[in-house]
Amino acid sequence: MIEVSDLKKYYSNGLIKKQYTRAVDGVSFHIEKGETLGLVGESGCGKTTVGRLLLHLIEPTSGKIMFDGIDLIALKRSELRKLRPRMQMIFQDPESSLNPRMKIGESIAEPFRLGLRGKICTHEIKRQIQDLIEIVGLNPEHVNRYPYQLSGGQNQRVVLARILAINPEFIVADEPTAALDVSVQAQILHLIMNLKKDFGLTMLFISHDLEVVRHMSDRIAVMELGRIVAVDSVKMDDCKRSV
Amino acid sequence: MALLDITDLKTCFPSPDGLVKAVDTVDLHIDKGERLGLIGETGCGKTVLGLSIVRLLQATTRIDGRILYNNIDILKASDGKMRQLRGREIAMILQNPTTSLNPVLKIGDQIAEAISLHQGYMRKEAWSKAVEMLEAVKIPDSAERAHQYPHELSGGMRERVMIAMGLACNPNFIIADEPTKGLDARTKAQIIDLIHETTSKKALLIITHDLGVAGTICDRIAVMYAGELLEEASSDLILNDPLHPYTRGFINSLPSRGLVPIPGTSPSLIDPPQGCRFHNRCPQAAKICSKKHPTLMEIEKGHKVRCLLYN
Repeated sequence: MIEVSDLKKYYSNGLIKKQYTRAVDGVSFHIEKGETLGLVGESGCGKTTVGRLLLHLIEPTSGKIMFDGIDLIALKRSELRKLRPRMQMIFQDPESSLNPRMKIGESIAEPFRLGLRGKICTHEIKRQIQDLIEIVGLNPEHVNRYPYQLSGGQNQRVVLARILAINPEFIVADEPTAALDVSVQAQILHLIMNLKKDFGLTMLFISHDLEVVRHMSDRIAVMELGRIVAVDSVKMDDCKRSV
Repeated sequence: MALLDITDLKTCFPSPDGLVKAVDTVDLHIDKGERLGLIGETGCGKTVLGLSIVRLLQATTRIDGRILYNNIDILKASDGKMRQLRGREIAMILQNPTTSLNPVLKIGDQIAEAISLHQGYMRKEAWSKAVEMLEAVKIPDSAERAHQYPHELSGGMRERVMIAMGLACNPNFIIADEPTKGLDARTKAQIIDLIHETTSKKALLIITHDLGVAGTICDRIAVMYAGELLEEASSDLILNDPLHPYTRGFINSLPSRGLVPIPGTSPSLIDPPQGCRFHNRCPQAAKICSKKHPTLMEIEKGHKVRCLLYN
């Protein structure tokens, strides 16, 4: 489903004496349909940059990204916009990815109101939101709350509900539990695993916690200084050695 | 003799919806040189307990009970006395260094401020002491780094600065609130080592939700839930032979112990559930659990648990 070859992203600074930071330096991998690829590495090794490049949220310096047979880099803006609903991202900090002035229900309703799911009437939207709220394990009363009134774990559930509202095929999860507690982390990870199964999602799961990645992924890629140094099916020892 | 002795501590905040009982009847003691870990979920009141000890809560907070530090009654001490204690005797390493450090002051100045205030050094001497402290927490090129501002440092570096600031006046008791939050695995291990080294022979209270951190640093662990202590024992016992269903659930939700979540969410601190506060999430709950409120009982020597299963 995803095919990445020789992806590079350099950041430059300085006008006369140009210096380059090689955030991602020649990364190649592929993700099969329905598979979860785990991406582990220390902070600053470029794993978040890879996630963002994959959704073409930032422009790569060079390289090729194929999404379901479509070359993402070559696409025009308008074509890319049409493709975007098929791929989504879960960010680290749920509070900053929700609009603080929108009620939870409005946030989840946005994909419907933007017409990403075709034309549906207000009544139907309401029903759909109720369903989604239930799927991610929130209470109906939460619909009228604001993000600051919910806990981190609950907000991450809202983010998940909103993503499901778009009905994507591919999700990049960038440390979705970094801001959460151990016990809440377990709840959210289980939810993500179940949703992935139920909705047949393909996923790139980014984390610095090898244990978490091992639970979540079918295969693991280890990143170091902008390069992938090992890709393997879930075998702890190999990964431990390379991390 | 206990260095810190807390009895019947209650800390409440008034809120529009009612009184938030963040800490509810907590008894805790820490001996000289002992390292105690306080663990629990977000919002269980562990940070508030830490802040109550140094009295750093807003004026509207109601604190009842007694906190004795070296025979000084902290809740009755004057503000001037407290200012003397904070930093010199009891240091608090606050959570989240990004917001706890002053963004417009050089880190050297921030550490020097505490040193000159408590130990009466002149500006220059205080600065060189600050550089020494940065060196002690293993910040490379400490003399140059002292001139930098917090935004120029990485998360791990900032945490080191916080630790340097806490240790600057050589306190006897240190409270560290979530010292490893938001750090990656390798940096976390380094910070744990650093805390281990720099605080040897000092009493330490580590507030964390990370059992791994508590397990490696602490002698004893207290588990907090909805404002109450549920279990208290040596680190070994808590990690390998926990008694309370909540502690078991908490340990099993670790990725390395199977990643099994505890169902449900922690209760409101305004109106906590009747009976045992954990009963509606507890896999072993019986009928009586929703009616009778268990007390913290000593089951074996040094192992206290608040659960009707063991009464």
